[in-house]
Amino acid sequence: MGLVTATAARDTSSNPFAQIRGYGALVRSGFRRYATYRQATVAGAATNTVFGFLRCYVMLAVAAGAGGVAAGYRGDQLATYVWFGQGLLAVVLLWGWSDLADRIRTGEVATDLLRPIHPVALYLATDLGRAGYATLFRLLPPVLVGLLVFDFYLPGRPGTWPLFALATLLAVVICFACRFLVNATAYWLLDIRGVTVAWALGSSVLGGLYFPLRFLPAPVAAALYLGTPFPSIIQIPLDVLVERDPAPVQVGLVGVQAVWAAVLLGACQVVQRRAERRLVIQGG
Amino acid sequence: MSTVIEMQGLRKEFTVRVRAGRLRRAKRTVAAVDGVDLAVPRGELLGYIGPNGAGKSTTLKMLTGILTPTAGTVRVCGLVPVPQRTRLARRIGVVFGQRSLLWWDLPLRDSFDLLRHIYRVPAAGHAARLRRCRSLLELDGLLDTPVRQLSLGQRMRGEITAALLHGPEVLFLDEPTIGLDVVSKQAVRGFLAELGAAGETTVVLTTHDLNDIEKLCRRLVVIDNGRVVHDGSLAQLHQRYGSTRQVVVDLDEPPAEPVTVPGARLVSTGSDGRRLTYALAGAEAGELVARLAGAGALRDLTVLEPAIEDVVTRLYTDR
Ligand SMILES: Nc1ncnc2c1ncn2[C@@H]1O[C@H](COP(=O)(O)OP(=O)(O)O)[C@@H](O)[C@H]1O
Ligand SMILES: [Mg+2]
Repeated sequence: MGLVTATAARDTSSNPFAQIRGYGALVRSGFRRYATYRQATVAGAATNTVFGFLRCYVMLAVAAGAGGVAAGYRGDQLATYVWFGQGLLAVVLLWGWSDLADRIRTGEVATDLLRPIHPVALYLATDLGRAGYATLFRLLPPVLVGLLVFDFYLPGRPGTWPLFALATLLAVVICFACRFLVNATAYWLLDIRGVTVAWALGSSVLGGLYFPLRFLPAPVAAALYLGTPFPSIIQIPLDVLVERDPAPVQVGLVGVQAVWAAVLLGACQVVQRRAERRLVIQGG
Repeated sequence: MSTVIEMQGLRKEFTVRVRAGRLRRAKRTVAAVDGVDLAVPRGELLGYIGPNGAGKSTTLKMLTGILTPTAGTVRVCGLVPVPQRTRLARRIGVVFGQRSLLWWDLPLRDSFDLLRHIYRVPAAGHAARLRRCRSLLELDGLLDTPVRQLSLGQRMRGEITAALLHGPEVLFLDEPTIGLDVVSKQAVRGFLAELGAAGETTVVLTTHDLNDIEKLCRRLVVIDNGRVVHDGSLAQLHQRYGSTRQVVVDLDEPPAEPVTVPGARLVSTGSDGRRLTYALAGAEAGELVARLAGAGALRDLTVLEPAIEDVVTRLYTDR
C-alpha cells in the first residue's frame, strides 16, 4: 500500500448525514476542550456561587421592602432568577472570550480558511459544545447550592422546562454571535478594548444580570427587549423559567429570541465575508 | 504526466506605508511575488527555496486560496484557489511551520478524530493513513498529550499527520523544519523522503535551509525578491553558480605532506595545521575524506552546505 492514497474521486460533502456528523464532532470537541480546564471550572463555579449569595440576599431584601412582590416577582421567583442567572452567565459565556480576536491579531485566523467548513459554523459548533460543558459544570453547581439554602420557585406549567431549554439554547447562539461580532472588530481596529468594555457593560446591565429589567418602566423595558439583543441573553430565559408572564407571552419572548438569533447570525456571516475579502486581499 | 499546480505570471503586490518625513506617510507598493511561471506535475516533490522575505509564503498562500493574486493565474488540482477555496481545502494538506492547524487544547488523538469528521473521510482510509504516520513519525507516545504540551518538534510531526489524514493530492509545507531540534528535523526529512518516493502525493516544500531539500527534491525552484532565479536540480544550481560545499577535518597530527585532490581546494589551515578546510568544486566529499584518512588519523569531520543566501547572492553578482 502506498503511503497516502489520493482520494480525488470521493466526495461525501453533499451527504447531509455526514455534514451533521461533522458538526456533531465539532460540538463534542468544544465540550472536551473546556473539560481540560478543570481548575478554571472549579474556580468559576465557586465565584459564581459566592456572588449568588450576595445577589440573592439583596434581591430578597428588595422584595421584602416592596411588600413581598417586586416588579411582579415573588421572593421565591427572585431566588430562582438569581441562582439560575449565576449559572446561565457561564453557559452563554458573557465575558472573557477573545479566541477570535487573538487569532486575528496573530494572523492565525488565516488558517481557519484552510478548513473545508464555514468559519462561522466552525466557531458556533465549538461554542455549543462549550455551552454543554458549562451547563453541567457551571450551571448545575450554583443552582444546587442555592436550592439547599433558599426557597426556590419551580415551574408549574408542563411546557416551561422544554421552553427554558430552547430559550437557553437561543441565548447561547445570540451571545455567541455578539461575541463573534465584538471579536471581529479586531479585523478593523488595532485595539478592541473599548468595544469589549462596552459589550461587557451592555450585556450585563441591559441583559438583566444585575437586576431584572422589569424593574424599569414598561416602555423602557419593551424598547430594550425589541431594540437590543441583550435581554435575550439572560433576562428572557430566566423570565421563562420563573413563569413571570402568562404562557402566550412566554412563547412570544422566545420568538423574540429566535428573531435576534437569526439577525445576529446573519450579521456574523456578512462580517465574516467582508473580513475574508480583506484577508485574502491584504494578507494575514 | 498531468499537471497539478500551474502558475502563470503570478504576482502579488502589497501596499505598505512608509515614513516620509516627520509626519507624512507615503504609500509604497512592493511586489512580494513578481511574475512566477511554474508547472508542477503530479507526484513531484518540489523544493521552493529562497532567503527570508523572498516571497515563498506569499506564493503558498495564493496556492492554498487564502490570498488573492494581484495578477496572473493559478490553478491547483484544476481549481482556482480563492473562489473555490472550500472545495480545494478537501484536496490539499497544508503545514505552516509558524502556525498551527491543530487544536491547542485537544490531545492529538482527538484532533485527528475531529479532522476525520470535518473532512468527512471514510473511517477505513483515515485509519490506514494514521497508522502509517504513527509509525513513520513515531507518534505513539504523544497521542494523548494536549497539543499545547508538545514540544515544537513533536507538534510538527502531529501537524504533518493532520495534513495528510484526508488523503490530499497535494501537500504544501511552509518551512516545516524551522526551529526544530536535529532529531525532529531528521524525522520530518525522512518522512518526506518516503512520501516523495511513494509518488502519489505532490509535495511543495518551502524552506530557507538547503539541508532540507538536498536529498529530498530532484527539482529545485529558487526565488529571490519574488522572481524565479533557478529551476532545476541542486547539482545544476551549484554547477551554474560555482557555490561550493566545504569539508572541515580535524586530524590528530598535521599531514606530513599537503593532501591534494583534483576539484578540492584547501581554503584554510588552523589549530597548528591539524584543522583543514577544503572547498569542493567538482570533487566528491568521499574521495577527499578517503585521501585525508590515509594521511593521518581522522578525528572529526564536518560537511558545510553552502547557505542558500550565499547561493542567491552569487546568482545576483554573476548576472
Ligand atoms: N501582509 C503583508 N503586507 C505587507 N507586506 C507583506 C505582507 N506579507 C508579506 N509581505 C512582504 O512580502 C515579502 C515576501 O514575504 P514572504 O512571502 O513571507 O517571504 P518568505 O516566506 O519567503 O520569507 C516580504 O518582503 C514581506 O515583508
Ligand atoms: Mg515564509
